[in-house]
Amino acid sequence: MRLFLLSFIYLLGLTALHAATLAEYTFEDPAQDEDFREIIEEMRCLVCQNESLAGSNAELAIDLRNEIYDMMKGGQSKGEIIDFMVARYGDFVLYSPPVKPSTYPIWFGPLIVFLIGGVVLFRIIKRKNQSRETELSEAEQERLEKLLNQSNEQRDTNQ
Amino acid sequence: MNRYLRYSVPLIVFGIIAAFLYKGLGMNPREIPSPLIGKSIPEFSLPSVESAQTMINDQNLKGKIYLLNVWATWCVSCRAEHDTLVHLARSGKVEIVGLNWKDERVKAQAWLQQLGDPYTVNIFDQKGRTAIDLGVYGAPETFLVDGDGIIHYKHAGPLTLGVFNETLLPMINDLKAKGS
Repeated sequence: MRLFLLSFIYLLGLTALHAATLAEYTFEDPAQDEDFREIIEEMRCLVCQNESLAGSNAELAIDLRNEIYDMMKGGQSKGEIIDFMVARYGDFVLYSPPVKPSTYPIWFGPLIVFLIGGVVLFRIIKRKNQSRETELSEAEQERLEKLLNQSNEQRDTNQ
Repeated sequence: MNRYLRYSVPLIVFGIIAAFLYKGLGMNPREIPSPLIGKSIPEFSLPSVESAQTMINDQNLKGKIYLLNVWATWCVSCRAEHDTLVHLARSGKVEIVGLNWKDERVKAQAWLQQLGDPYTVNIFDQKGRTAIDLGVYGAPETFLVDGDGIIHYKHAGPLTLGVFNETLLPMINDLKAKGS
């Protein structure tokens, strides 16, 4: 229990630290503030690759945050800043890669697989339905009727 | 025929997945293709490691093929690659320009005095601003730059003689053949 509490306090401390590192970036315009937060959330920290620029405390991430902050303060738009980053670090810096021929497989691949799955499923269901509808031969028909009559007779006697 | 085809479907699917995983898991996530290949090195004007008064800019470096090596004294892998750099510099096969990244001047100077100085020019980028323009995300990184200041190759991680001889040296020889 004590361990749990300690780790909980530790985690609280971490989030406070995280918040503190971003609180230093303030803008007069709330729209700009929102843009800034969006940009650093969408950018990958290249040192610790599974963290965003917003979440990372790596030196380079701090430098890049400062750089982006200065650029925004200097009046540059979100698009310009994204171009600046991509020109230096490549598409890899973006968490969602741009749609272009080399990224078609990752954007449309799942859709294509989904469609193939749909076609396969459709054909299987269709085939099952068909096999159920096959007509009975004369002998089978006769037997079926016999069985049905039999059960009806049975029911009559039971009543 | 149809039956064989149907039974081979899982095998084919497995084969495709295995091929992607084999390729994908074998790739190094640290090796990020640089968008700067084929482009000019960024404009800069920075002091040298030796002296705050000596300024170096991108124009000063034109007219020769060189390796631009990003290094720092806090970087462990740079220590590992340093002997290779000294060896290469002594061999005379290529000139090495240093970009000292987010470091302290005194420490950098002491490092060079102690371990040998492979750099003909050593740029002191304390703020790391030029390193950002170069798309540096870790040290060491080594760029191959030609006489016009165009970047031809980037190697992330410690430079080894193997990488130099197999990849960089042929490119350097090509550039020399074209340039002369």
